[in-house]
Amino acid sequence: MSELTLTLLRLGLLALLWIFIFSVVAVLRTDLYGTAVSRRGQRKAAKRQAKEQRKAARAPQPAAVGAGGAAGAAGVAAGAAGAPGAPVPVSAPADGAPAPRWGRGRGKGAPTTLVVTEGPLTGTTLPLRSGGLLIGRNPECALVLDDDYASGRHCRIYPDPTNRGGWVVEDLGSTNGTFIGRDKLTSARPVEIGTTLRIGKTVLELRG
Amino acid sequence: MTTTVEPLTPRTRRNSELGLLVLAIGIVLLAWVTTDLNRNGTVPANIIPIAGGFTVLVLSVHLVLRWKAAYADPVLLPIATVLNGLGLVMIHRLDLARGKLGTDGDAYRQIIWTTLAVALAVAVIIVLRDHRLLRRYTYVSMAVGFVLLLLPLVPGLGQTINGSQIWISLGPLNFQPGEFAKIALAIFFAGYLVQTRDVLSLAGKRVLGFTFPRGRDLGPILVAWLLAVLILVFQKDLGTALLFFGLFVAMLYVATERVSWIAIGLLLFGAAVAFALSAFTHFQKRVDLWLDPFSPDNLERSNQLANGLWGMASGGLTGTGLGAGRPWLTSFAESDFIFSSLGEELGLFGSVAILVLYLIFCERGIRTALGVRDGFGKLLAIGLTFSVAFQLFIVIGGVTRVIPLTGLTTPFMSLGGSSLLANWVIVALLLRISDQARRPMPEIPVGVASDDPSPAEVTQVVRMS
Repeated sequence: MSELTLTLLRLGLLALLWIFIFSVVAVLRTDLYGTAVSRRGQRKAAKRQAKEQRKAARAPQPAAVGAGGAAGAAGVAAGAAGAPGAPVPVSAPADGAPAPRWGRGRGKGAPTTLVVTEGPLTGTTLPLRSGGLLIGRNPECALVLDDDYASGRHCRIYPDPTNRGGWVVEDLGSTNGTFIGRDKLTSARPVEIGTTLRIGKTVLELRG
Repeated sequence: MTTTVEPLTPRTRRNSELGLLVLAIGIVLLAWVTTDLNRNGTVPANIIPIAGGFTVLVLSVHLVLRWKAAYADPVLLPIATVLNGLGLVMIHRLDLARGKLGTDGDAYRQIIWTTLAVALAVAVIIVLRDHRLLRRYTYVSMAVGFVLLLLPLVPGLGQTINGSQIWISLGPLNFQPGEFAKIALAIFFAGYLVQTRDVLSLAGKRVLGFTFPRGRDLGPILVAWLLAVLILVFQKDLGTALLFFGLFVAMLYVATERVSWIAIGLLLFGAAVAFALSAFTHFQKRVDLWLDPFSPDNLERSNQLANGLWGMASGGLTGTGLGAGRPWLTSFAESDFIFSSLGEELGLFGSVAILVLYLIFCERGIRTALGVRDGFGKLLAIGLTFSVAFQLFIVIGGVTRVIPLTGLTTPFMSLGGSSLLANWVIVALLLRISDQARRPMPEIPVGVASDDPSPAEVTQVVRMS
């Protein structure tokens, strides 16, 4: 066997080893699991606002309209991301009744997202999944509350088995209870858009 | 602030694993062919049956993963394959140098052990559906672990090899029970700490920025320390003692998030080592060899460390090429010093590649621990990963003269059945835990009456203390 072949084999082996390592790293780069926490809307809005402000500084007259339009657009973007941003007013019904919001009729339109409106996680949005959503202190929960008044598996929200498109909230025997307004939850209860749930220091609201 | 939390739907990545496995098998075969071309000038005659067998073996694990643990980590198996294969090639290469051919060779036995180890790993993946089942055996594994650790001290069973009594001989087989004790103890520590960590992490008072535990909570660490001292004194094996005590302290730290446990652990172990150094000449010699391996006295006594270092030095950047160096000059070139043998023939590029592979392996273990949702699984994954990483540090640190040399096996590579079996079981357990970690969240079954406990909600009765 010629010297050249042996040298090529020797270097080829090393090259292959490193190719292997780089392909492993390439696999790892795309290997994501767990939960993705993204901050949308706000950043987009801030960027647009900054842009508009720069524009405004250059040409004050037409920018007033432009900035207004941009703010509106940003508001729409934030609203699409389920954001309680400034343009979309947040009104948590204080009387406790599961009141429908935004003028929609009772029972019309199923909720699609759960928004945290009070508490340390304010602003967090979770899409409702058909498999159900578990809320509590355990890390396995979809919404993990860091709150001494929350139980490990506090409550869950899942599709109503009797009513298509409806959602039901159920307390999982928590110590301090889940409240809809002032009523403590004792059995599974259907929820709709605008229903607010209170768990310890956290207030959650269902949105369409 | 607007934050959206969405569960990512992971892919199984089994196809990526298959691709990496093909590459891994290619590397091992290329290494083997290079070795034989360098030594004999011919391609090995039995390449087709052996390469075929190796491929079938590895692919069978892959298929079992597709069947039983579809979401398991995609890179653990390919990395273990490359490491095990390169170890086999190096052992075969040393056989060629020593004229041990065919069934006489160490490589022959190592191939059989590899087959058994992979079969054991497959059995673990199939039998163990959920790693949380292991928690039931917390105290059984404590007993098993302690017995395995102390087994070499039983007269008539234990064997002293190279000054350390860490072997047992059963008929023709020599066995290092410590390798299995490591798994049993990782299970025990995980089960025990997940129960007691609240006490161990909350109670105590703050002194100098550290929260020190209460006196009565020191019990467990003292028991672990006593066991380590027993190994140190009676088995005269610093490596094993360091591994077990390190494993316990690391898991304690992970479970409680308290730096003070590490400080206490280091202090206790430092005291034990200082005592051992002053009491036993065996340790003094090792430290002396470590500090000055090239002095004439030390070369006379044992030249293996010096030879290993010269070997790696002669490899240079790209190595001499597999089969073209002289790694057999070092004693234990196929077990303790397999890293320097590979370093000599693959050079710096190759040995760093091997270390990077180990690094990625351990990173995946830690990632699994972060991803898995139950405390026991987290601690178990960390414990198993840490035992591999720390063992690697002890042995490669010893070979490269970072710490005094103490004989431990290089995971997956060294000659030795017990080590291979134990490490493949670790791979199987990590694969099983990572499957749980990456699997999409269990869907909560709906449509049943809410007071009917669904499988996902069966409460687990945990007996406290």
